[in-house]
Amino acid sequence: MITFSERQLKIPKMSKPVYLVTGGMSKFGRAIPEKRTEELVIDAFNEAAEFIGKTSAELKKYIHSCYYGHFADHFGDQLLGEAVIHDRLGLDPLGNIGIKTGGATGGSTIWEAFKAVASGYSDCVLAMGWERMDEVPTDEGNHLISCAADKDWETPLGHIYTGYYAVMAQKYWQVFGKSEDSFRETMANIAVKNRGYARMNPHAHGAMDITVEDVINSPVVAYPLRALDCCLMSVGAAGVILADEKTAYELTDNPLLLYNAAASHTLRVADRRNMEIPLLPNESPDQYKDLGERFPGGDRYPGFTGFLAARMAAYYAYRMAGITDPNEDLDLVELHDAFTISDIQSYEDIGIRPYGEGRTYVESGDCYHTNPHTGKPGKLPANLSGGLIGCMHAVGATGIMQTIEVAQHIWGRWAEMHEDQRKWDTFGRKKPSDWTDLQVKGAKRGLAISHAGVGSHVTATILIHPDHQLERRF
Amino acid sequence: MVDLKDRGTVKVIDGRFQFKGKFHYIYPNTPIRDESGELNGVTNPRDMTYVHMYGGEAPFFDSLRDGKLLGTRCDNPDCEHTGTVHVPFKIHCPDCLKRNTIFDITEIAKKTATVHTFMVTERTGAFNTLEKPIRFINIEFEGVSTILMGYLPVGEPKIGMRVLPIFQSKNPTFTILDLAWVPEGTPESELPEGFTFN
Ligand SMILES: [Zn+2]
Repeated sequence: MITFSERQLKIPKMSKPVYLVTGGMSKFGRAIPEKRTEELVIDAFNEAAEFIGKTSAELKKYIHSCYYGHFADHFGDQLLGEAVIHDRLGLDPLGNIGIKTGGATGGSTIWEAFKAVASGYSDCVLAMGWERMDEVPTDEGNHLISCAADKDWETPLGHIYTGYYAVMAQKYWQVFGKSEDSFRETMANIAVKNRGYARMNPHAHGAMDITVEDVINSPVVAYPLRALDCCLMSVGAAGVILADEKTAYELTDNPLLLYNAAASHTLRVADRRNMEIPLLPNESPDQYKDLGERFPGGDRYPGFTGFLAARMAAYYAYRMAGITDPNEDLDLVELHDAFTISDIQSYEDIGIRPYGEGRTYVESGDCYHTNPHTGKPGKLPANLSGGLIGCMHAVGATGIMQTIEVAQHIWGRWAEMHEDQRKWDTFGRKKPSDWTDLQVKGAKRGLAISHAGVGSHVTATILIHPDHQLERRF
Repeated sequence: MVDLKDRGTVKVIDGRFQFKGKFHYIYPNTPIRDESGELNGVTNPRDMTYVHMYGGEAPFFDSLRDGKLLGTRCDNPDCEHTGTVHVPFKIHCPDCLKRNTIFDITEIAKKTATVHTFMVTERTGAFNTLEKPIRFINIEFEGVSTILMGYLPVGEPKIGMRVLPIFQSKNPTFTILDLAWVPEGTPESELPEGFTFN
């Protein structure tokens, strides 16, 4: 569709509020040969139970239905893998369902779980995601991932998903980045930032202490994208418990309000037709009139440079949660940094910056924990977990990991979950001598964006401390 | 080594699949151990052939060897966006879901195909048959609402560059690989083996 009806644009409504009770995650790695997937899932579940001072057996008694995010069945040569996990978690005879939306699988899993609670079907649910991408050689892995493109029109072209993505990066780079060295440096700074933050995260497997030059000199994957501009390929699991108000407060003193909205756009970028830019609450109807003049070639929306699914997920979710301006109303975000350039694109899609101006979010220092120009807290820190570039991209778990990371800041428990020497030892990782607490002081509200493929599915998950709700005027 | 002469083929006879030959090959699995000799897992060899139907897209893939590029158009007068042209080929109009009309856009492509964006990579996945580096181009056509992905086996891509379609008419694969693009002005002698302009 290129025009939308009023009914389609209706802001989603819930029958009752939904709360995030707890969450936990496993170690993430490029390969974890010593563990089966179910062991990683149980590690994540146990961490979630322990986080609220319950035993896993106690927590299980509250769960009424289960939502499992796992994208790539064919990597494991196992169909109904969700049934294996469900059985090993000992959650029979509860209803459960598998959710698959590519890179957005984690976010979509929360979407399904959220709706189950919001509707009243279940008082308390489990949303658990995992992925295992280490059990085939890399070139076969690349082929399998390329099967998430159109198998007749795209996959035969190189069997390489990065290529289908890189054409969008190229267009954005030339039109909005104007092929400038300064823009290339801004892209590199995202990789430096996220890999640097990953150093403080024992779960992360992409931690690196690197410079802009290291990124710019890393091998070309598809120009202008280089190896260090790209996200990780990972193994691991992450899970959250959602509940209605009554059940949430039985389980913990400090649950967080959770909102989630989803949107979509064509599997093939090829099929994206021109349309008007749907506006977010902090945008005005005339602000994009001269976009094509300011950025020649940038007048085609969403074209190859915007993600309509990200825009529409934010469109619904901001209004559900009462967010007028993400820069003012949110305290931190976890974005889907599959590539440095798509990270910049998403700043625009979700209204952190207007279209064409995404780079200034990085250049202003706003996206950092501590603004490098002023030494003061960044206005809206992004991807303090390390993101997909520094922490992990275990597809089915990614959107859930992001949500847990945001929540730990709002709970004021980020340091507790990342500093503990025992965790570093258990994961076999060396805690850096300059380990730094990245807790966002006084965080009350946050956002996690989960994104699939070249933009086929996107979800926006918003977390709000119940004492800091926004007026919902939409 | 697998004897390819027995490789499976399929025909459709009287509305049913008729399978002939071997569709999978069985190899023994092997243990996976760590450096201390402990068993970590096993390999699971799988060599199999999928069967895939083109359905209403079949005319597109069968016409490439004849040097024809087909698109589709919604001709439903009651459609909100009647007249919209789709390349890649869409069987049904995504707006009204009526069946689109197939028509030949070869001449439009020859006259107006322009590179919208592109990328060049040395990396490919398993089963790739294209020569490296691969150059993907995304192609705009006048009067077409979509932007087709293809590859450029000759020359270096640039945004805004005019390109011409070429067709694997000699040894067709009946896949999207039978269609490629070259910069305007490329002589016939420089086309990859098996490809022609018409
Ligand atoms: Zn129509």
